[in-house]
Amino acid sequence: MKERLSIIVVEKDAERALRIVDGLREAGEHDILVISEGTALARRIGERAPDIVLIDAGDPSRDILEELALASGPLDRPVAMFVDRSDAALTRAAIEAGVSAYVVDGLRPDRIKPILDAAIARFHLFQRMRAELAATRAALEERKVIDRAKAILMKARGIDEEAAYALLRKTAMDQKRRVADIAQQLVMAAGLLT
Amino acid sequence: MTLVPLRLGFVPLTDAAPCIVAHELGFAAEEGLSLELLRLTSWAQSRDQLGAGTIDAAHMLVPLPIAQRLGLGPALPDFDLLMVLSQIGQAVAVSRALAEAMRAAGHPFDFADPRAAGAALHAACGGRLRVGVPFPFSTQAELVWHWLTATGFDPAEVTVRTVPPPMMAGAMAGGEVDAFCVGEPWASVAVETGVGALLLPGRAIWAGAPEKGLVMRRDRAEGDPDSTGRLMRAIWRAGRWLDHPENRGTAAEILSRPDYLNLPSEITERGLIGRLVVSPAGEMRQTSPFISFHDGAATFPWKSQAALFAERIAWRHGLDPRAAMTAAMATFRTDLYRHHLRPAGADLPGASSKVEGAMAHPHAVASEAGRMILHPDAFFDGRTFEPPSEPR
Repeated sequence: MKERLSIIVVEKDAERALRIVDGLREAGEHDILVISEGTALARRIGERAPDIVLIDAGDPSRDILEELALASGPLDRPVAMFVDRSDAALTRAAIEAGVSAYVVDGLRPDRIKPILDAAIARFHLFQRMRAELAATRAALEERKVIDRAKAILMKARGIDEEAAYALLRKTAMDQKRRVADIAQQLVMAAGLLT
Repeated sequence: MTLVPLRLGFVPLTDAAPCIVAHELGFAAEEGLSLELLRLTSWAQSRDQLGAGTIDAAHMLVPLPIAQRLGLGPALPDFDLLMVLSQIGQAVAVSRALAEAMRAAGHPFDFADPRAAGAALHAACGGRLRVGVPFPFSTQAELVWHWLTATGFDPAEVTVRTVPPPMMAGAMAGGEVDAFCVGEPWASVAVETGVGALLLPGRAIWAGAPEKGLVMRRDRAEGDPDSTGRLMRAIWRAGRWLDHPENRGTAAEILSRPDYLNLPSEITERGLIGRLVVSPAGEMRQTSPFISFHDGAATFPWKSQAALFAERIAWRHGLDPRAAMTAAMATFRTDLYRHHLRPAGADLPGASSKVEGAMAHPHAVASEAGRMILHPDAFFDGRTFEPPSEPR
């Protein structure tokens, strides 16, 4: 049995791939190859004959791997099956984290688990970062819109900034809407009128 | 009234229409459901999310739950197919090079005759044909194998490859496949981008081919019969709405939105109204219906169709066909279909199995209400399939 495992990570985003590879290195000394493009996936995996392939569950190329998993014979199988069939909890954790793993049949579960655990942790981290980034962007965007709405009100009604914000907030409360939504409507309406 | 939330996964294809229309036109709300539609990118993802319970139900390839039952997938809880969502609606396309060669040899691209199309393709392809299908377990894969082996291809000449539908046109442009069979709008996208020409509609090969089904985990479907029934009735009514020809244009507008197919409605509309542009030069072919969602008992999950797919899958994967057919028939829940759709007014066939491929024309059969008309289900080569008798 060879010591080092051959792992392929299918990932288009270079930064994300790098982080996943970092996580995997912490799990042990392995040969890791990143493939970024989907079109020649089957051929490149066939050439490399890896022990494990890791791919985002939402990657459209996944269905190509499904075919590889089925087609490979007992001797030339690059990838035999989705996760180790004996460990339902690990399978579930991987699915929930959005990572899919294709693993050569016969590979010992104690060799697979640390790698999958590392991948699952990285995928979770990425989901969180993506969510945080989206939330930060949205908040910034909303603040800009509210500032513009305030400026429009100040100019149109000759009031100060505090009064403008108070007016926005009161309108939002009366209509049971968010301040940002009211501001958005005002900015759009003002755009139409000028 | 509080609506019961339910997460329904779909893959962006025209045949997801019953799910999308059930949500958008309020059929789900009428049943007291608040549907959350989750757009998924691959069939493997759909299968895994259903297994993990991160979606409650899925729009799924009809043969997929069968393969899952036969052990040809990851170890996940048992799936059942509750109803068929769409019948036919696939298209076969060939690359521009093949289309030119076939045209030069006199093939008219009439979008109708599988025998002539198969012979012309065989002559043009030079003994080697690579065909893209969306998944190893798909109606498309079965249609392709049936059609090619019945029109003179040696199986050794044919390689069937999995290509995700949105990547189909790209795979053809990149020379990775010579032909493909896929659901709309992805065949029309290949024509629109100039990489291929449409050769046949799926119905020309098998007039009654079931394409997508509503699939749930067995424990979910049986454990919460109330919301399961509501979902089935909402989707069944959406399918009935969709099979009124005058609604197909509206359906195309809804499906084309960014949340769904995110394509120009002019392209989405082609498959829905059955008016397809078959070549980059703009030739049109009318075929109605190109896809069915309701009429002729299109949504009934015939156990005989489960057996037919299971026998072919078993044969290709070295499994015992009898055991495979028995297992597959148990995943098609005609009992739940009858139980949940009877109150909605669905007419129900007297039998749950039929000889597949026996009807060349619309055909009246015994039903609970008396008689009902079934759509034709013939294979182009006259082949029929007799299912094993149902265990009592």
